[in-house]
Amino acid sequence: MSVGAATEAPTAVHIGRLERARRRPLALALTALAALGLAIVAGVALGSVSVPFGDTIAVLAQRLGWPVATTWPETTQVIVLDLRLPRVLTAAVVGAGLAVAGTAFQGLLRNPLADPYVLGAASGAALGAAIAVIIPVSVAWLGFGLVHALAFSGALIAVAIVWRLARTTSLSSLTALLLTGYAVGSLLAAGLSIAMYVSGAQLRQIVFYLLGGFSGASWPQLAAAAPLVVLGSILLLLRARSLNALLLGEETAANLGIDVRRERAIILALASLVTAAAVAVSGLIGFVGLIVPHVVRLIVGPDARLVLPLSALVGAAFLTLADLVARIPGELPVGVVTAIIGAPFFLVILRRARAGYEV
Amino acid sequence: MIAPTIDHADRATAPGVDPTPGASTDGYELEGLGLTFGGRTILSEVSLHIGARERVAILGPNGAGKSSLLRVLTGHAPDHRGSVTLDGRAIASYGRDALARRLAVVPGEVSLPFAARVEEVVALGRVPHEDPLRGLRAADRRAIGEAIEQAGISDLVGRDARRLSLGERQLVVLAMALAQEPRTLILDEPTVHLDLRHQVEVMTLLVGLNERQGVGILAVLHDLTLAAHFFPRLILLDRGRVVADGHPDDVLTTERIRAVYGVDPAIIGR
Repeated sequence: MSVGAATEAPTAVHIGRLERARRRPLALALTALAALGLAIVAGVALGSVSVPFGDTIAVLAQRLGWPVATTWPETTQVIVLDLRLPRVLTAAVVGAGLAVAGTAFQGLLRNPLADPYVLGAASGAALGAAIAVIIPVSVAWLGFGLVHALAFSGALIAVAIVWRLARTTSLSSLTALLLTGYAVGSLLAAGLSIAMYVSGAQLRQIVFYLLGGFSGASWPQLAAAAPLVVLGSILLLLRARSLNALLLGEETAANLGIDVRRERAIILALASLVTAAAVAVSGLIGFVGLIVPHVVRLIVGPDARLVLPLSALVGAAFLTLADLVARIPGELPVGVVTAIIGAPFFLVILRRARAGYEV
Repeated sequence: MIAPTIDHADRATAPGVDPTPGASTDGYELEGLGLTFGGRTILSEVSLHIGARERVAILGPNGAGKSSLLRVLTGHAPDHRGSVTLDGRAIASYGRDALARRLAVVPGEVSLPFAARVEEVVALGRVPHEDPLRGLRAADRRAIGEAIEQAGISDLVGRDARRLSLGERQLVVLAMALAQEPRTLILDEPTVHLDLRHQVEVMTLLVGLNERQGVGILAVLHDLTLAAHFFPRLILLDRGRVVADGHPDDVLTTERIRAVYGVDPAIIGR
C-alpha cells in the first residue's frame, strides 16, 4: 500500500509461505493412518484371548481377498472376524463420526467449547435409551434392540426441538441455539433422571449406555451406523467452504456469498445425523468430538477442507486406541478412557499452544 | 482533529460524479428507500444514483442511518421500502453468491472463534471464486498474495490474526475484501482503529483502486477531513435522510455541519 515499501515484498514470498503451510496436513494424515492401522490390528489381536499378530494380519489379509494359506485354528477366525473386527471398526467409525460432528458444530456455532452433544443430542439419546430399557417390550432384530432405535431417534428429535424453538426467539441466532440447546438438554436430563429413578433393577443397563462402549458391537450394528456416518461426513465435507466462511461470523459469511440460513440448516442436520448414528451404537462417549478438532486445527490451521477429513482420521485412530486401552484392565467404559487420555493431552496442547497459536 | 499534511492538488484530478449521469444502469439506483426497524424509522425517502466506478463517502452523526444504508446496499435488509437496484437489477433478486462476486464488504468489527493465520483469513476472500472442493488454486493464491501486498500487511503473514491489534486486524479484513476482487468495495469505517499514517495509506489505497483499476468505493467515514480530502463525492445523512450530496466543498458548509452535528466546525479545522 505504501508506495515505497510495497515493492520490497514480492508476491512470490507469500505464495511460498502459503505452500509451505500446506505440507503439515500430509504428515498428520500419514501419522493418523499409521496409528489407525496399528490400532485396528492391535485391537483385533489383543483381548481376553490374545491372537498372535501374524495370525491377525493373515486372517484380515485373507478376508480382504489376499491369497493367504489358512494356518490358524477355526476359533482364531471366529474371534478375529466375528467378535473383534466389528468392535474395532465400530470404534473407528464412531470416533470418526464424533470428530467430524464436533468440527461441524464448533464451526457452525463459532464456539470452541461446542461438541457433538451441545444441541441436546446426548440427552435425547440417553432419554431414548432409558425409555427403551424400562418399557417392558422386547424387540430385537438383527442385533438391534429398541435401545439403539430410541437412542438414535431421541438424539435427532432433541436437536429438531432445539432448532425449532431457537428460531422463535428474538435472540441472535447462535446465542439462541446454544441457550435453547442448554435448556432442552436440561429438561431431557430431568426426564432421564426420572427414568433412572423408576427403572429399578434395570438401572445398570441405563448406566451402561450412559458410560458408552463397544462391547456389544456387531456386524449388523456396524452396517447400520457406518453408512450414515460415512455419508454424513462426506456431505459435510462438501460444505467445508461454508464452514470456512462462517469463521468471521454470519454476516461476513453472507458477504462472501454463503446462503447462511440454508447452509446452517444443512450442516446442523448432517452433523446431528452423524452424531445420532454414533451414539446409537456406542452410547455417550465424551471428549472425542471436543478435542480432536482442536488438535487437528492446531496442526493444520482452520481450513475445514483439511480439518474435517483429518479429524475423521484422528478421531478414528484415537477412539480405536481408547477402546483397546479400555479392554486391558477388563472392561472399563471407553468414555472414562477418552476422558483420562483426552483431558491431560488437551491441557498439554493448550500450554504448548500458548507460544504460537491459541485454540 | 488534525488535518493530514498532504497538498490538496490531487483533488482536482479526482474523477467527479459520472460525467454522463443516467447514461448507464451500472451501479446503484435508489428510489424512495425507506427502512423501519421495530417501529423506528431508520431511513426515509433516500433517492440516490451511485455509479459503478464512483468513489463516495457516506457521512453523518451516530444513528444517522449510515450503517443501515450499507446493510440495504449489501442485501442484508430485504424488508426495505422503495426500490434499490444494482446494475439495473433489484438487490433482492441477487443470490448471495452473485452479490459476493460483484461486491466486497469490509466489516467494521470481526472476531475469530479459532486461531487463524493472517493469510488464512485473507484467503477467505476467495470463497466466492474458489472451487468448493479443490480449494485454492494458483489464481486464488496470486490474488491472496496481491491483496496482502496491497494492504501492506506482508510483515503480518504467518501470525495469528487474533493476536493482532485492532488496527492490524482492520488491515487484514481489508486485504480479505481485496482478495475478493470486487467491482465495488464497501467499507464500514475502515480507518476507525488506524493511526494517522495508516489512515492516509488506506485512503491512498482506495483512491488508487478507484482511479487505476476502476473499483467503485463506497465508504462510511466518521472523519470529515479524511473524507473531504480523499473523496470527490460525499453523501451526508441525518436522521435517516440525505441532507447533502455532492462535492465536499458544497456538502461540508459551516452551517450544515453546525446543523447536523451540533458542533462549531472551527473545531475540525475547516
